[in-house]
Amino acid sequence: MSREQRTREHPAAPGAASDHLARAEERWETTRQEHSRDRDGEIFTTISGREVDHLYTPRDTAAGDYLEDLGFPGEYPFTRGVRYNMYRGRLWTMRQFAGFGNARDTNGRFHFLLDRGQTGLSVAFDFPTLLGYDSDHARSEGEVGRCGVAVDSLADMEVLFDGIPLDKVSTSMTINGPAAVIFAFYLAVAEKQGVPFSALRGTIQNDILKEYIAQKMWCFPPRPSMKVITDILAFSTTEVPQWNTISISGYHIREAGSTAAQELAFTLANGFAYVEAGIAAGLDVDAFAPRLSFFFNSHLDFFEEIAKFRAARRIWARTMRGKYGAKKKESWLLRFHTQTAGCSLTAQQPENNIVRTAFQALAGVLGGTQSLHTNSMDETLALPTEKAVQIALRTQQVIAHETGVANTMDPLGGSYFVEAMTDRIEREAEDYFRRIGEKGGVIPALEEGFFQREIADASYRYQLEIEDRRRVIVGVNEYVVEEDPIEILKIEPKVETNQIGSLQALRARRDGRLVEKRLGELAAACTSGANVMPPILEATRAYATLGEIVGTMKKVFGEYVEPAMF
Amino acid sequence: MDRKIRVLVAKPGLDGHDRGAKVIAASLRDAGMEVIYTGLHQTPERIAEAAIQEDADIVAVSILSGAHMTLLPRILRLLREKGAGDMHVIVGGVIPADDAEALRRQGVGEVFGPGTPTAAIADYIRGWVERSHAGS
Repeated sequence: MSREQRTREHPAAPGAASDHLARAEERWETTRQEHSRDRDGEIFTTISGREVDHLYTPRDTAAGDYLEDLGFPGEYPFTRGVRYNMYRGRLWTMRQFAGFGNARDTNGRFHFLLDRGQTGLSVAFDFPTLLGYDSDHARSEGEVGRCGVAVDSLADMEVLFDGIPLDKVSTSMTINGPAAVIFAFYLAVAEKQGVPFSALRGTIQNDILKEYIAQKMWCFPPRPSMKVITDILAFSTTEVPQWNTISISGYHIREAGSTAAQELAFTLANGFAYVEAGIAAGLDVDAFAPRLSFFFNSHLDFFEEIAKFRAARRIWARTMRGKYGAKKKESWLLRFHTQTAGCSLTAQQPENNIVRTAFQALAGVLGGTQSLHTNSMDETLALPTEKAVQIALRTQQVIAHETGVANTMDPLGGSYFVEAMTDRIEREAEDYFRRIGEKGGVIPALEEGFFQREIADASYRYQLEIEDRRRVIVGVNEYVVEEDPIEILKIEPKVETNQIGSLQALRARRDGRLVEKRLGELAAACTSGANVMPPILEATRAYATLGEIVGTMKKVFGEYVEPAMF
Repeated sequence: MDRKIRVLVAKPGLDGHDRGAKVIAASLRDAGMEVIYTGLHQTPERIAEAAIQEDADIVAVSILSGAHMTLLPRILRLLREKGAGDMHVIVGGVIPADDAEALRRQGVGEVFGPGTPTAAIADYIRGWVERSHAGS
């Protein structure tokens, strides 16, 4: 945006002082242009392609009202943070996403991370699990345990959390299509540990809308998926009150190539769609909204990311209060997890990724995140080694304890640039809300491929900037060297055969007739429209497998095929 | 050449990472090729059928899930069995160096890793098509 436009949108308060400033700025601008030129050939836009001015001054923020737009941390509209004491009260949760091979392998990695000072768990499941297939399904061949841990039934979940007290450790699970089933597996493990549901803390991602938009791991079509999600909201509100029922995620939208503003807008639009679905299902907004949480990407453009986090809090608070009539403060709070940008990592000179990740993590912290995952340097090549994960975790610990940035709250609040950027990204998001509304809402918009096309276009633009070398990526299109491959983690093919072996042994030893009965009850609930959580939990206790439970639901709900476009 | 180079961009297996496939599809289109994109979650059987139906010169497979050593040999075998062994299969994605070597030995034309400029892929395809036409 040019200076002229910005001035129009943010007219400075009238008065002699502001006239004086305007004249001084104009003089400086003329002098600057006389004295220096920008470097040739490079662009000075944000990574999202937005213009950035040479300088920001009080004129860029003069239109704002401090109390209305920023306020204090812990208070509406929460632009400056959701807690009264932010990190001086409690540091963010350091939570590394982990999962590979079988449940025993991943349980070992969990203990490794907890021993090194990690404060929460985050489970990565393999592709068959994410799509609701058992490990012995024909489509699972070659995929078992490759990109995450293979979980087929409660039996695997028991091993996954072996020796981990679920009343002490909070667990986040990246699971969407079959979220209800994996959640039931977790609840059943808690029962076996003697931990009441009310003591459980953690998150299921359970954000199906962004699956259709970006991550592409679904089980059922959008509309029945939304019904299952409202079942989870209703069940958890009474049964598992401390659980975060949906982690509304921009991460994957960004990884798929969106801009910062698209990530923000599409994510919040999805969030509003869940709120509307909950209200339409007859739930009180203040009963479920406090358990909604968010998950954002922290990409390379340092200030744009910080602005995005701050804008996210303000928009959510204003909309929850103003549009949806939420009365509880907890319903207004946008609490979020952050992961550094996997797509920013390079296969070339992978050690440089440690540096990229550190800057991105710092942006997450300065943006007021509640929890953080730092990527490991080797993740463009394979799942991370222990050494790489330890460096990633240490990066967070250095930020927390050595840099001093956690001593005060929202230290960039009041920066002319950051505040102007926060306002700008908020306006961009509002423009998207309007366009999504014109399409009839999120589901019609995704069915016609609106989000998918916006993201593909943004990602292609970015790629062209790199290829034309208008944007330098260190080690990729500039500062290139010959190099030797680094040590990476390998998943042995025997993981798959072993997993299939234990799954088949489970099928042989469980009470097959009870499983059939429980699956029949689940099918009946799917057909009648009753809440599916109780029958899924019953089927879980009988050791029905993920594939059997999801398969039963698919028979009623159908499957989804997306329109292929590029 | 009397017709545009035809490229089938394919996503096999359960992998949902389609950013790379879409960028490649768009860049090859802009480089003047005819591009058909299969969409996600395709089986090797469906990919081989689509390649034959579309009379593709090149089958460009994108895979970031780690299942490449299962899925790619199967695509190659199916193409041979269906009499389309002359179709040129190339791969992009997260493929460790020794796996890439093994895939080349099995008949994959080239493996393109993260950070490859799209122009390099278009150049490779043009070069291969020219050579194969010169040879026939």
